[in-house]
Amino acid sequence: MQTLVAYVENKPGVLNRVSSLARRLAINIDSLTVGPTENEEIARMTIVAHTDERGAHRLEASLEKLVDVLLAENISSRAVLERDLALIKVAADQQNRPHLMELIKVFRARVVDVAPESLIIEVSGTVDKIDGLLEVLRPFGVLEMARTGRIAMTRGGDLLQPPLPDAESSTFEPAGSNAK
Amino acid sequence: MKLTGAEILCEVLTRLGVREIFGYPGGAILPVYDALGKSKLHHILVRHEQGATHMADGYARASGGIGVAMATSGPGATNMVTGIATAMLDSSPVVCITGQVSSKVLGSDAFQEIDITGITMPITKHNVVVTRAEDVARTVREAFVIAKSGRPGPVLVDITKDAQQASAEFDWDACRPKLPPKRVRKNHDQAEFDRAVELLNTAKRPLVLAGHGITVSGAIGAFEQFIRAGNYPVAMTLLGIGCFPAKDPLNLGMMGMHGEAWVNHAIQEADLLIAVGMRFDDRVTGDLRTYARNARKIHIEIDRAEINKNVKVDVALVGDAREVLEHLTPHIETRDHSAWIGHINEIKGDSAVRDIQSLPDTGHLYAAHVINDLWKETHGEAIVVTDVGQHQMWEAQYYHHNRPRTLITSGGLGTMGFALPAGIGAKFAKPDSEVWVVVGDGGFQMTMSELATIVQEKVNLKIAIINNGYLGMVRQWQEFFYDKRYVATPLVAPDFAALANAFGIRAERITTRAEVAPGIRTAREAAETVLLDFRVEQEDSVYPMVPAGASLNDMIRRPHSPLVETASDV
Ligand SMILES: Cc1cc2nc3c(=O)[nH]c(=O)nc-3n(C[C@H](O)[C@H](O)[C@H](O)COP(=O)(O)OP(=O)(O)OC[C@H]3O[C@@H](n4cnc5c(N)ncnc54)[C@H](O)[C@@H]3O)c2cc1C
Ligand SMILES: Cc1ncc(C[n+]2csc(CCOP(=O)(O)OP(=O)(O)O)c2C)c(N)n1
Ligand SMILES: [Mg+2]
Repeated sequence: MQTLVAYVENKPGVLNRVSSLARRLAINIDSLTVGPTENEEIARMTIVAHTDERGAHRLEASLEKLVDVLLAENISSRAVLERDLALIKVAADQQNRPHLMELIKVFRARVVDVAPESLIIEVSGTVDKIDGLLEVLRPFGVLEMARTGRIAMTRGGDLLQPPLPDAESSTFEPAGSNAK
Repeated sequence: MKLTGAEILCEVLTRLGVREIFGYPGGAILPVYDALGKSKLHHILVRHEQGATHMADGYARASGGIGVAMATSGPGATNMVTGIATAMLDSSPVVCITGQVSSKVLGSDAFQEIDITGITMPITKHNVVVTRAEDVARTVREAFVIAKSGRPGPVLVDITKDAQQASAEFDWDACRPKLPPKRVRKNHDQAEFDRAVELLNTAKRPLVLAGHGITVSGAIGAFEQFIRAGNYPVAMTLLGIGCFPAKDPLNLGMMGMHGEAWVNHAIQEADLLIAVGMRFDDRVTGDLRTYARNARKIHIEIDRAEINKNVKVDVALVGDAREVLEHLTPHIETRDHSAWIGHINEIKGDSAVRDIQSLPDTGHLYAAHVINDLWKETHGEAIVVTDVGQHQMWEAQYYHHNRPRTLITSGGLGTMGFALPAGIGAKFAKPDSEVWVVVGDGGFQMTMSELATIVQEKVNLKIAIINNGYLGMVRQWQEFFYDKRYVATPLVAPDFAALANAFGIRAERITTRAEVAPGIRTAREAAETVLLDFRVEQEDSVYPMVPAGASLNDMIRRPHSPLVETASDV
């Protein structure tokens, strides 16, 4: 599994271009999240792909060839903070409710909705942590689940920022001297 | 100045230096056609929109500029798909302009509405829908920049009918391309560069693999200096042909599936491969596991995505071929490779003597004869546009190109039907050059309706049909790998000469070797299009051949049969 971060133009169709590219390269995407950045014209994507380092290189370089992608970077080998968020609706009756609450505490999750027959649990963290919680909730009966998919950020001073609008791009220089 | 979107389009195209547009009208693009009629642009009416895209492609490849194709929405746009994909796979800068239904009805399955940007997303470098007249100018200018920058490719601009009709202020200076800011990547660090220099100066058996990127980069001069500096033998990809003179003793010829045997052996024996502007296509490498195992590899390539894609390389110099070569050449110190070159010449033996003209006339007419005579008669100076199949490979083997952009052929997609329209496009790009279309009887029947375009536009083209009565290349595979079960490859064709005459085109049928050269001569002298229908040996095959997936040195060689004496491939 490889994790890439991309800054893209925040406009319609870009998500389609990115997923279409991955499909063309025969690379399966495990998770893809998009969200705004400080700059409203730029969105940030986290792409988790089922591929090896070579595939990730190809995806990264191919993404950067898309006109609307400002930057793409494989951060798999770097110190990375990774988060996923899940809402899990689990069956709960009077009897097992205390036991459930215990587990929720252990996983540092929260109950965000209470109904006579069920609870909604909100949990965020690494994929492993959420998978772990799911594992222990399953015997109670998981009725519904929604997950955001992963977002990732390199740690500390390892900054990954979008290029500035005034930075002259080398990508759009005509090749060779024979430009018409 | 206030203009309609359609007028703005014509104005911008004119200012971008466009002279010809290859296209076909329809409802959704009519406002543009109306404006075209009032402009100085020359519109060439094609007979099928696929033809328009191939013409624009041929125009781009022959000129080094950008070719422009135009079509209406719906079926007009979908007919362009094959031509766009052809340009994409061979990195050819083509701009396609399509009409689209009005923005008010977009998404409603309106008459002739089709999501052409969705359809062409994976086969264009970029595409975009324009819904406002005020966006036409900037978008088209951006399309031209994108098509030609970095690794070139096709760009499609889909303009809604209301955007064509509405008026907007037009100011050339105010509509400069404004593309998203990109991270500027450092191409390669000094250590990588130094490593390349070290490999170059220590190699005993270096071999340069020359690709299409050299021509695209305009690196012809820089490449020659690089080769001279290191005295390196050079092998060409199909699309690399022409970037280094065939007559140069250092030019070994084509590599790969139908490349020269000595070239493929040399690749397998080399201790250093220097790949320049080529992408290690599977037709070039054969089985990757056994490919050039003795060689270190340097890859000079503008597209990072090509690095280590098929062949793992030791050093990657990412950048424009000309720039990289210009930096590299002054550092080359070792240039005595005479032992290695002598060795390659030994493998070559007398198989390099491909002058089939000296072989006795057995009454058989081979395609190779035709190509060889064509080469001789045109002094190797013509622009040759080929279709796809056996004749394409024979052209590559027997026509010796000395200048870039003189062989135009569909390599990556291998699109049958490419030659005739691409030849028309090439002739528009180079009206003073002699342009020959070399095409099979199968491929010709795919786009032969463009003969009418030739007549209407008074194009002076020379057409050589290599007529073997078969879908020859597929028949060859059936002969080698399917026990000669010729399913769906025997091909009935009309009398091509009579057909040409019906279009008002001069034509001649040629059946014997003695008629070949005179036929070519007559065609060359004519100031109009002439079609020659060469009836060649039906079951000849292209040798050598590396079967798909086999190792590069595992070639099927020409059997020694009195019937097949086209070349003495040893
Ligand atoms: C029937 C058939 C048989 C074939 N048999 C053979 C065969 O035997 N041998 C053979 O060689 N081919 C053969 N081909 C063609 C083959 O499929 C490929 O199209 C061809 O090998 C590609 O050549 P290329 O890599 O040089 O060009 P391209 O595919 O055009 O690649 C060009 C490369 O150059 C790079 N580039 C572009 N601009 C620059 C620049 N400014 N600076 C640096 N790099 C740049 C691009 O990024 C790209 O990687 C055959 C095709 C057909 C249809
Ligand atoms: C559009 C398209 N369809 C099918 C093919 C597969 N194909 C490759 S070569 C070939 C035969 C070409 O026959 P012809 O044009 O007569 O040329 P020849 O090989 O006989 O010289 C075919 C069918 C193709 N390349 N393109
Ligand atoms: Mg044929």
